[in-house]
Amino acid sequence: MNPTQRLALFVLLAPAILWLGLLIVLPHVEILILSFSERVAPRVYAFGAGNYLEFFTEPLYWRTFARTAIMSIAVTAITLVLAFPIALYIARVAQGRLKAMLLLLCLLPFWVSELVRTLGWMILLRETGVVSYLLRAAGLADQPVELLYNDGAVILGLVYGGLLFMIVPLANALESLEPAVVEAGFDLGGSRWTVLRRIVIPHAMPGIVAGSIIVFMLTVGNFATPVLLGGKNGLWFTEQIYAQFITRFNWPQGSAFGMLLLLLSSAIVWAGLRLTGQSLGTTLRQA
Amino acid sequence: MATTSDLDLVNVTKRFGSHAAVDDVTFSVAPGEFFSILGPSGCGKTTLMRMIAGFENPTSGDIRIRGKSMVGVPANRRPVNMVFQSLALFPMMNVGENVAYGLTCRGVSRSEAEERANRMLERVGLKGFGERRVTALSGGQRQRVAIARCLVLEPTLVLLDEPLGALDLKLREHMKIELKQLQATFNTTFAYITHDQSEALVMSDRIAVMNQGRFEQVGSPRELYHNPATPFVASFVGETNRWQGEVVSSSGGTVALQLPSGTVTQGTGHALQKSAVAFVRPEAVALAQSQPALRDLPNRFEGRVSAVLFDGANSSLLIDTLGFDQPVRAVLPQAGPLAGIEVGAPIHVGWTADAMKVFAA
Repeated sequence: MNPTQRLALFVLLAPAILWLGLLIVLPHVEILILSFSERVAPRVYAFGAGNYLEFFTEPLYWRTFARTAIMSIAVTAITLVLAFPIALYIARVAQGRLKAMLLLLCLLPFWVSELVRTLGWMILLRETGVVSYLLRAAGLADQPVELLYNDGAVILGLVYGGLLFMIVPLANALESLEPAVVEAGFDLGGSRWTVLRRIVIPHAMPGIVAGSIIVFMLTVGNFATPVLLGGKNGLWFTEQIYAQFITRFNWPQGSAFGMLLLLLSSAIVWAGLRLTGQSLGTTLRQA
Repeated sequence: MATTSDLDLVNVTKRFGSHAAVDDVTFSVAPGEFFSILGPSGCGKTTLMRMIAGFENPTSGDIRIRGKSMVGVPANRRPVNMVFQSLALFPMMNVGENVAYGLTCRGVSRSEAEERANRMLERVGLKGFGERRVTALSGGQRQRVAIARCLVLEPTLVLLDEPLGALDLKLREHMKIELKQLQATFNTTFAYITHDQSEALVMSDRIAVMNQGRFEQVGSPRELYHNPATPFVASFVGETNRWQGEVVSSSGGTVALQLPSGTVTQGTGHALQKSAVAFVRPEAVALAQSQPALRDLPNRFEGRVSAVLFDGANSSLLIDTLGFDQPVRAVLPQAGPLAGIEVGAPIHVGWTADAMKVFAA
């Protein structure tokens, strides 16, 4: 590579390097350093792992942490189960305009902000909301029903938000499956279930893993949906981070929590990849 | 009748909207027979095959396998297996799993299925390939896996949808012979569809020539080649010369045909209207350097070589012949006095009345 080429390459890469460096690497290094500083006296900080110890000794913290992890996995699983038939339909059955329209329909809710979408759910689910009213009108309930502020509402909101990010990689993966391969599966005596289990799902595996990683990451790091739909019962780990940074102004503690969340999601993604025998490379290509 | 044939199609019609892709087709295939359906692309042969396999339902008519009607029976319950044009091997499974797939679908235990798959792989010459990925196989090997995957299920009928189309010429020639041999060893009934007349002629016991949804003629390769029933069969099966003309006299199967130039030729044909079309195989055209050698032939003409198409044993000459608007194509023997003939050389051509088939145009 001659010097001009090297310069051109550098100039072309500069925005990406700056973006990654300034917005991702630098803050994380800062947070990592911050998370290891303990307050020993007012305005005096020393190096130590006290913030991390605090996490393990205070049950509220690690229980919220575990709850976030388990519920995120549940949300990912539910999203996958819901998205699979939709993606199958879009990829294998729908043709031409219908296909484009269905994908657009999936995309449409994302034209408004996450906050507005979540508020939409609140209008539907609150005590004086649409669902409660309909239940009473149909005679299924004799007093207003509060459907907000429970785990179900949080899961509902998060699944809704994640659906598109599951459908797109899944539909991509399913689209590349040659129709003749599916027909051969039937021709050789396979039932619908056998063909799905032995041919369609193995083929879609990179898409399944890619979609699951994206949905899981979005869910674990979500803030507005658990706070608004879960209320005080939301208990999402991001709320703990928010509380440390903003309410209690304890940045070192918040940084430690942030680092823990990063470790958690990385560990679960790694475990998911190991479990399904997929590599990050093939998965990213699919997404 | 139903008990002596493996496959019977009775008045099968398939319409897509108002277009009849398959139009009132009836035929039977005997056990152990290699039956080919030969036709140009778009003639309906793939639709026909998909109806036999169970991926399409006929609009009307009946499909019977060993006398049992298959209408309404889904593809996975039919004793028919298909070798797809793309082969459609399962890329997510290794070779052994591909072959064992059908057996496990039937509830055969994993270990037995694996053993039977290995035995089948051995019979098609792929011993020890069980653990390989299908993507790591050559074209010919993939072909054999696709066939083994069907044969391991011992189906009544194997359908083959132009499986040699994707192979290069050399391998295709080799696979033609191999397929025929496989079919003979397993004694399974094969129904083979192709647009390649040479594949059909080489491998088949019987061929049905299909055009625009209908069967033009069903017969042995020799019958089709030497006694075509329709002008389509005459021109589609094998190389041929084709001329248009008018019938000037016809008696007892012998026809005198006048070409637009006024030249009169002698051919054979029946019950003809005025305008007609005549076919002569290139190998039926006798060549000679002097007129007397062709003395006994009713059709004798003089010409000049306009092109030498050298292709080894398939070499031929194009001869600009007096009275013919298109050059006459004749096989050029690679031995004898004419082997070294050059463009521009004068030559005499001739053929018998028998060799010239005349049809109503």
